Amino acid sequence: MSLQPPRPPAGQRLRVDPILCKAHAVCAELFPERIRLDDWGYPIIDDRPIPPDLMPHARRAVADCPRAALRFAESTEPGVHSRGPD
Amino acid sequence: MSAPVRIRPVAPSRLLPTSPQPEDLAAHVAEFGPRPIVGSALIAELDRSGLVGRGGASFPVARKWLAVAGFPSGMAKPVVVADGVETEPASVKDRTLLALRPHLVFDGIQLAAEAVGATRAVLYVSRGGESLMAALAKAQRERPGGEVYVEITGAPTRYVAGEETAVVNRLNGRTARPSVVPPRPFEAGVGRRPTLVNNVETLAHVALIARRGAAWFRQVGTAGSPGTALVTVCGGVHAPGLREIAFGQTVGDTVEAAGGPTSEAGAVLLGGYFGTWIDARGAWPLVLDHEALRAVGASLGAGVIGVLPRSACGVAETDRIIGFLARESAGQCGPCHVGLPAVSELLHSVTLGRAGQRSLETLARWASEIYGRGACRHPDGATMLLRSALSVFADDAGRHARGHPCGASRRAPILPTPALPAGWR
Repeated sequence: MSLQPPRPPAGQRLRVDPILCKAHAVCAELFPERIRLDDWGYPIIDDRPIPPDLMPHARRAVADCPRAALRFAESTEPGVHSRGPD
Repeated sequence: MSAPVRIRPVAPSRLLPTSPQPEDLAAHVAEFGPRPIVGSALIAELDRSGLVGRGGASFPVARKWLAVAGFPSGMAKPVVVADGVETEPASVKDRTLLALRPHLVFDGIQLAAEAVGATRAVLYVSRGGESLMAALAKAQRERPGGEVYVEITGAPTRYVAGEETAVVNRLNGRTARPSVVPPRPFEAGVGRRPTLVNNVETLAHVALIARRGAAWFRQVGTAGSPGTALVTVCGGVHAPGLREIAFGQTVGDTVEAAGGPTSEAGAVLLGGYFGTWIDARGAWPLVLDHEALRAVGASLGAGVIGVLPRSACGVAETDRIIGFLARESAGQCGPCHVGLPAVSELLHSVTLGRAGQRSLETLARWASEIYGRGACRHPDGATMLLRSALSVFADDAGRHARGHPCGASRRAPILPTPALPAGWR
């Protein structure tokens, strides 16, 4: 995984790696249109695809996460909970 | 949605023996016949049988096996892990099955290994039952030659230790904590090899299907949920303990099979501590069938049914369980390891009548915000339980929140919550 992803097209979604995230809250400052914080400072991410006009903010939030916990996901890529444990 | 067809309301004993004596290999072969050699053809038979996992998530077994068997891994042969980690505090099904019918599970492990081409197998069981580990080692020494060697390994008794990524992490020498997926175990598991993790009860069903076929398996249960399942009934019943149920029977049938309620039942906790509370009147006619349960937002989970007498306090019971789940967070994801203790603290002050009217709104908001934000489903299970409690015990919770806790909240617990978490290794 590269730290600077090649410019992803609009229509992608944001995902956070909840283990890496340590509530620096940089993402919510850079992209409040789609990221807010819970009562403990951890990001709650709007799962809708990102429209073109918001992509610069999304890219900045991904690039500036101090933990590299925020990333783009293909819109078809399953979330962390789509796995099938027994 | 059509109601599931009830084929047979009363379960036959398929997995549970009538004798409490552990079955040695001779007795096992006398009962079931020798283990057949089926190879990869077993996967299609499992698909026809409709068997789904009995570890809690009810995932189709054949799909999981296909993913492991078909994963392009070059020289790295798959690994089979039989997951006998049973950390649900009330559940006894896995340890009982392993103690009484170890060879049914060993058969299932071998069948799985042959079907997916595995060259390594692990039987992973909760530590603490040292006599069980010794009995399993003894059973293993009876196994016929030519089988894949099965390593018997003990797991820490942490609630999430049986989650499949936690299983893989521990078997790779790390702590028994879950990780973010992907990669899933079938892509990169034990030793980074494609890894099949199946619950031990699931593998025992496999051992029977390999002998008797998919059509036999479907003779019992519903069309969508065929077969039988092991269920632990606990709480306010006359004869708590392990039962084998046929899908299609009701929650009420199951509670009656455990001797019936000791006093009028108020609510039922379905699916263990990742489960949901259901008002007793609604629970009794509820059919045990995956689709029927999903329709009411419930699931059988790992098969625990807890009966709460109407005289007990559902708020206090939930408070203790949420406290347990908060202590059992793996401490990795903020919404879980910071959020759940906050939920637990506020809910506890509700129980004591010290929280204030707005506390229930805050709890409901936290429950919906925390859900879905962990690497594993631990925070989801805890918040689902909380949400169901806030709904089923709404009147009582409201009185608690207004400063009038019920007298029952100070009585002895109905459902067990182990106090001290063990280590993670």
